Amino acid sequence: MHISQEKAERHTLAVIVDNEPGILARIAGLFTARGYNIESLTVSEITADKSVSRITIVTSASPATMEQIIAQLDRLVPVHKVTDLTAQGAHVERELALVKVRGTGDHRIEALRLADVYRARVVDATTSSFVFEVTGGIDKIDKFVELMGEVGLIEVARTGIVAIARGKEPA
Amino acid sequence: MTEKSGADILIEALCDLGVEVVFGYPGGAVLPIYDALFRSGRIKHILVRHEQAATHAAEGYARSTGKPGVVLVTSGPGATNAVTGITDALMDSIPMVVITGQVPTALIGTDAFQEADTVGITRHCSKHNYLVKDPAKLGDVIHEAFHIATSGRPGPVVVDIPKDVQVATARYKKPGPIQHKTYRPQVKADQSQIEQLVDMLAAAERPILYTGGGIINSGPAASQLLCELVRITGAPVTSTLMGLGAYPASGPQWLGMLGMHGTYEANMAMNQADLVVALGSRFDDRVTGRLDAFSPNSRKVHIDIDRSSVNKTVRVDLGIIADVGHALEDMVRIWKSRQHPKPDTTDWQRRIAGWRAVKCLDFPENDPNEIMPQRAIRALFDATQARSPIITTEVGQHQMWAAQHFGFEKPNKWLTSGGLGTMGYGLPAAIGAQLGNPNALVIDIAGEASIQMNIQELATATQYRLPVKIFILNNQYMGMVRQWQELTYESRYAESYSDSLPDFVKLGEAYGWKGILIETRDQLDSGIAEMLAYDGPVIVDCRVSQLTNCFPMIPSGAAHTDMILQANEVSGTMDDEAKALV
Repeated sequence: MHISQEKAERHTLAVIVDNEPGILARIAGLFTARGYNIESLTVSEITADKSVSRITIVTSASPATMEQIIAQLDRLVPVHKVTDLTAQGAHVERELALVKVRGTGDHRIEALRLADVYRARVVDATTSSFVFEVTGGIDKIDKFVELMGEVGLIEVARTGIVAIARGKEPA
Repeated sequence: MTEKSGADILIEALCDLGVEVVFGYPGGAVLPIYDALFRSGRIKHILVRHEQAATHAAEGYARSTGKPGVVLVTSGPGATNAVTGITDALMDSIPMVVITGQVPTALIGTDAFQEADTVGITRHCSKHNYLVKDPAKLGDVIHEAFHIATSGRPGPVVVDIPKDVQVATARYKKPGPIQHKTYRPQVKADQSQIEQLVDMLAAAERPILYTGGGIINSGPAASQLLCELVRITGAPVTSTLMGLGAYPASGPQWLGMLGMHGTYEANMAMNQADLVVALGSRFDDRVTGRLDAFSPNSRKVHIDIDRSSVNKTVRVDLGIIADVGHALEDMVRIWKSRQHPKPDTTDWQRRIAGWRAVKCLDFPENDPNEIMPQRAIRALFDATQARSPIITTEVGQHQMWAAQHFGFEKPNKWLTSGGLGTMGYGLPAAIGAQLGNPNALVIDIAGEASIQMNIQELATATQYRLPVKIFILNNQYMGMVRQWQELTYESRYAESYSDSLPDFVKLGEAYGWKGILIETRDQLDSGIAEMLAYDGPVIVDCRVSQLTNCFPMIPSGAAHTDMILQANEVSGTMDDEAKALV
């Protein structure tokens, strides 16, 4: 016998939670306990009094499992609301990356040129290195990092996806 | 190479790792493994009566043999019942590998029958854990699990195997030596630090060696090296509960155990020392008492294999990361190569002799008929010491009296639940120790309350014809609870009386054991002799003085110098700050 896997599709979820100790562990633990994937997870406080946080989770699952993930998240006591932005329709996804590149001569010039094309900003420079700040969707950042690989990529720090629905209504 | 089922891969990997005994309990999610175990016939399986007992038996086996203990339990309740023993092994650094069955991968997360999030539940009470989702990775995971459980600071490792992974097939090849990509415990000490320590030891006027369970874990050679270090430096030795036996209790420099129920001489020497060398011990709160009064005038050196133990509660002047056995070897070698003379510690030894003269372990014996619990332990020690017995304990007063009054001459002879303090540890641990040491005399020194927490294991000993002995100090109280209520709550004994006790003699007989009742002092020696003469399991119900408390005692949160030596020094109440301490 061999074990087969289900087909999965990618979804971006917005989870509004009470900002209490252990909430991140609770959510991450739910995913590992029930065997769900986490591709990216970001969390930050979103109210002035720091009482509420927004967690953006990118996950892959079959449609049936996806429904379970949302229901399981919604069942957690500190969770206010779970929105499947992917299922809901039009939304904006952004990620920020800091990309360190080392090089001299032509490589250095090429890196700057590419950064310009990708609207990456230089946030640190030495005579032999740059740190670029680039924002965009996952695909754009993947592509930028790949190109920098050819001109002297040293390391990358990525925030993971944050996302919000288009239009005037909240998620 | 042909493919094998995950269950067969597991058994073959266990055989390759030299596993001889597995403690377990079958269930739905481990049936393929039990079938593979049955077909292989190469590993002895010990059927316990409760999964918690499987973990303690594996601990007893591990602690008494130095080999890792192996546990096999089913999913859900099998795994959750094992959690106490897994936590116990983590706290006391016992090498153990726990194999748990899991529901098939497709059912994980669906609240399937007997599903529990074993990896999630055990994440914080195991050294490491795995959920294996691919039979092709199972062999490597098992080998890695044993490597992690037994190396560095030992501990429990949990491997959760879904049922379909046990059935699915893959190839298995015995891996070579494990080179983990991130986990590389530091075994050898930085030599310049050892040299610095040797200098400090040579210059110290009032040195003390404070040894712990790390020396036992390092292997018997570490205990021999400790004795050699003591011989050449003349430094006195005290030990934690877990380290008893590393330095012989009959040795000239032995101060006894330190800490809450430690000896007066050990705690006073710790308080007055100018150099404390901690060897594989971890400055537990039961040892240090009030932190800001702990050994206030000493320089402190800590040798430990676990970097996070150094400077955790007590700041030290020199922290050395190493296996304590290797570090001791280096210390002895460097000391000898420099031809250091034995330091003159006459003045220090004279002060220690003064503290010894207090005879803090003496106890009053006013009623000629009543058996004092300390007397019972000493009688047991006198009758058995020639046979170098393995002693296990439960948790409570009897455990502390055993630690105080039973002399341990060698390592791996003292098995007790120190860090977690798990009542119900002693009987299954004795079963595990007897399996690992078939010819040894194994005695569980118990209390009448603790023994009932895993009393069902009487059947396990009967089934495998294990001649373990249980010696119950029966005072009809959860004595340590009652002692704290006496000290802290003006003797309001809330729920600490052991009511409706069974007749332990008849209970033992019902399970096929011999039962002996000892009620008066003149029956003590003959009762013990009868227990030892019987070639089979024996349960002894020794009725002891009911209200005797365990002294010396440093109340929670007090300094070593605030030791209570006798019952008449007890005040009966404490302020809220003291009540809040563990």
